[in-house]
Amino acid sequence: MTVITTRVQPSDFDAAGEYEALRVATPAAGAIVSFTGLCRDEGGRLTALELEHYPGMADKALGRIASNAATRFPLLALTVIHRHGVIPAGGNIVLVIAAASHRKAAFEAANFVMDYLKTDAPFWKKEHAAAGEGAWIAAKDSDDAERDRWDAVTAGNAPSG
Amino acid sequence: MRVRLVYFAWIRERIGKAGEELDVPETIVTIGDLIAHLSSLGEEYAAAFEVPKVIRAAINEELVEHDEPIAGAREIGLFPPMTGG
Repeated sequence: MTVITTRVQPSDFDAAGEYEALRVATPAAGAIVSFTGLCRDEGGRLTALELEHYPGMADKALGRIASNAATRFPLLALTVIHRHGVIPAGGNIVLVIAAASHRKAAFEAANFVMDYLKTDAPFWKKEHAAAGEGAWIAAKDSDDAERDRWDAVTAGNAPSG
Repeated sequence: MRVRLVYFAWIRERIGKAGEELDVPETIVTIGDLIAHLSSLGEEYAAAFEVPKVIRAAINEELVEHDEPIAGAREIGLFPPMTGG
């Protein structure tokens, strides 16, 4: 049974604190992979990203993605936190922490969750440019491809590429 | 059928509102039909749904395809491809 925690929140998260809480609560873990997604400054071009979300659906989507990861990989614990609102360059956007007995499941589950968050979680990013006007970031076909490669592999095996 | 529509990102911006209650004619069966119907409601809708195939939809907060029937929907979300993570 995997202990799943998911949160959609405007406020910042404490990546180190979340890691520590999960580590202490999961003594059977032999491996913990922690991934933090940040807002890039694009060489000074961006001051912030604005993340719009679909409240309710975003919570459901995170819950489903985490639960699918827990079904697919032998995990002990999984934490997924996704922020919304205006996030300044350098700020935290998303946190995924996967704990497992062995490293492979932890690495792959974190990767799997991120691939699905990109395409199946209802968030939309708008750039706040240093020069003024910002544009919506377009979804990439490569993100769909990254997600879909999981369909082509059997549970527990990493996709190629 | 009366349904609540919610719009996000550039679809919301182009239509000029975040959502609305809409009386949907009985002839509208699927999400695809609904998008075509909305496109006919005015310039702002036509601009929002200019390229129907890129539009993603959710019924009662669950992602669905364009051929999904909308019967029984309380809330339908229409939005661009998602860019989470």
